[in-house]
Amino acid sequence: MQDLLYFFQQLINGLTIGSTYALIAIGYTMVYGIIGMINFAHGEIYMIGAYTALIAITGLATLGIAWLPLVLLVALICAVIVSSSMGWAVERVAYRPVRGRHRLIPLISAIGMSIFLQNYVHLAQGSRNIGFPALIEGSFRMGPENTFQLSISYMQITIFIITLVCMTALSLFISRSRTGRACRAVSQDLGMASLLGIDTNRIISATFVIGAALAAVAGLLLGMYYGSVDPLFGFIAGLKAFTAAVLGGIGSIPGAMLGGLILGVAESMTSGYLSGEYKDVVAFSLLILILLFKPTGLLGKPEVEKI
Amino acid sequence: MAAENIKHAFFCAVITLIIAYPILGLNLIPSGAVVSLEGADGSTIAAIIAAAVVVFLFQLFRDSIMARLGFLSRVNPLSGREPMPQHKRARLESWLLTGIIVLALFWPFFVSRGSVDLATLVLIYIMLALGLNVVVGLAGLLDLGYVAFYAVGAYTFALLSQYTGISFWMSLPIGACLAALFGLVLGFPVLRLRGDYLAIVTLGFGEIIRILLNNWTHLTGGPNGIGGIPEPTLFGMEFGRRIKEEGNTSFHETFGIAYASEHKVIFLYLIALVLAVITALVIRRFMRMPVGRAWEALREDEIAARSLGLSRTAVKLSAFTIGAFFAGFAGTVFASKQGFISPESFVFLESAIILAIVVLGGMGSQIGVILAAIAVTILPELAREFSDYRMLVFGAAMVLMMVWRPQGLLPMRRIHIELKDQG
Repeated sequence: MQDLLYFFQQLINGLTIGSTYALIAIGYTMVYGIIGMINFAHGEIYMIGAYTALIAITGLATLGIAWLPLVLLVALICAVIVSSSMGWAVERVAYRPVRGRHRLIPLISAIGMSIFLQNYVHLAQGSRNIGFPALIEGSFRMGPENTFQLSISYMQITIFIITLVCMTALSLFISRSRTGRACRAVSQDLGMASLLGIDTNRIISATFVIGAALAAVAGLLLGMYYGSVDPLFGFIAGLKAFTAAVLGGIGSIPGAMLGGLILGVAESMTSGYLSGEYKDVVAFSLLILILLFKPTGLLGKPEVEKI
Repeated sequence: MAAENIKHAFFCAVITLIIAYPILGLNLIPSGAVVSLEGADGSTIAAIIAAAVVVFLFQLFRDSIMARLGFLSRVNPLSGREPMPQHKRARLESWLLTGIIVLALFWPFFVSRGSVDLATLVLIYIMLALGLNVVVGLAGLLDLGYVAFYAVGAYTFALLSQYTGISFWMSLPIGACLAALFGLVLGFPVLRLRGDYLAIVTLGFGEIIRILLNNWTHLTGGPNGIGGIPEPTLFGMEFGRRIKEEGNTSFHETFGIAYASEHKVIFLYLIALVLAVITALVIRRFMRMPVGRAWEALREDEIAARSLGLSRTAVKLSAFTIGAFFAGFAGTVFASKQGFISPESFVFLESAIILAIVVLGGMGSQIGVILAAIAVTILPELAREFSDYRMLVFGAAMVLMMVWRPQGLLPMRRIHIELKDQG
């Protein structure tokens, strides 16, 4: 019974982290699906989202506003606006001019952008990690007293609800709306879509904006969950989310969701049963193994090499 | 059209404000557990507004500004110049190189200890950048975990000297070969991957090595690192004031000169110089050998190269292994120079700096890479008050280079034979 509770605890922790990884991973997978490049700066956009949310929360606290739903909503909106603008600008400045060149060129440009953004925040806000106030406290507890208890914090429940809402909204947007349909068309065949009168530049910008918005949501949630942010916050999370995207099959949105959850669970099982230090090793090893043995991922389509 | 332009320019200016104001204009001040918010000073706010205005004006007059810029490149006096004939250029280049090397040999005896130390660091970066240049520049394989091989070299020397008391000279080939072996073992499975996947996998590998070094405490000392790494000796002569090891003599006693701490620094510099020259010459040979041509062929067009009978795995693996070998070289020198190593020296940032050197110098071009290594290492030292901005500038420079000049500042020139005009 104890073991089972412990297992479920790890599972819930893993699913919490995993669902936020999935939010970030969607940004990678959508961009990859459309223009076939790895947006290396995506982790930094997520980090900027977390910082903006913290700035908004602190600002509201200074003004004396403490009603939780309002604080969360304002923080979320601010983070989404700033991160989306950042995503749009990054695409415009660093990716659009090099689109269609040799594969390494956009990637190096993205790495440069990532270093730039990291140091931009580092210079503006300092390199120390800054504490994120715990807005949502308390938890459900299950199991007998005085022994190991299964606990689900309200924060974890908030994370589940918000990620679920975001993913449903995204799925509806992609499947139903006019822009969503255009997104799917462009990801299937960019040239053909533009021949049929779709403004592909606009759609690519939209992809970056959507991905950045979801990353900002994840930034707020993970910032609150971990309790602190620092300028390097985005690097590892970005790498993990990329792993999740590859795991699920890069280019596929349901794949990114699935991959995020699997990666989160794998990580929390490692830190629960082995050691917390090796959870990053597990994530990267998983990435290497997937790329070696099933590069298309779980739900991806094989890429046909055209000559 | 004009209205459209104004709308777009206004939109861009607003985006600039949104991006810049919250992060730059509002500073989070942590004091204990409480975080407070503080507005930035007036000059920062003014700078943000000025940036928005500049973006607005640039977007508004974008077309005419771009037309002007096109005119600028036409008045460049060097653009219409005839390239120097091949044989003349080659001769000039070899004279220049010999001159530089001779100068570099005698230079440390006339300058301060600090600048020799810095020059040694520059030479280590030159070795690293030349090695990575083989992988990224020539073979076109983006390796973001290059620092892992550097770490293997450094840790091999540190551990061997700690546990077996082996000397620098024995450790140099062992470290380099072990790094090459790591490259081979890692490369074998991952080189089938496409370019961008390869980048991420090597990045993951670099992180794995660093985490292992950090956590394998009883072997590597974990975050505390390993200290007391011995300095190299010259034919059994030590450079310290006292002899540390049985059977060695000391340099100053053998030659009957006064002890000076500079001797050690200069000796290390000369070792690094010789190794860097060897690295450059060996790689230069490789570039002219069939395997070097195969690297470039595979980079330019993989399908064509394969259909001409090149083995993709063998060619890529050779580039990867050779690159790793020289990183191991550099790592051994680095460990010996510092006398102390810890996983802190082998973070991703280090890989990014080396990559930035290769990209700025011009992928594939040796001279360019060497000049870029010198510039990237020395400029932050010269402008210390701007050293915080170093990585910011690197990041921006990498983006700008990719947008405007992806071939680098001094692009590679292919060795070729010109046919006499038949006409």
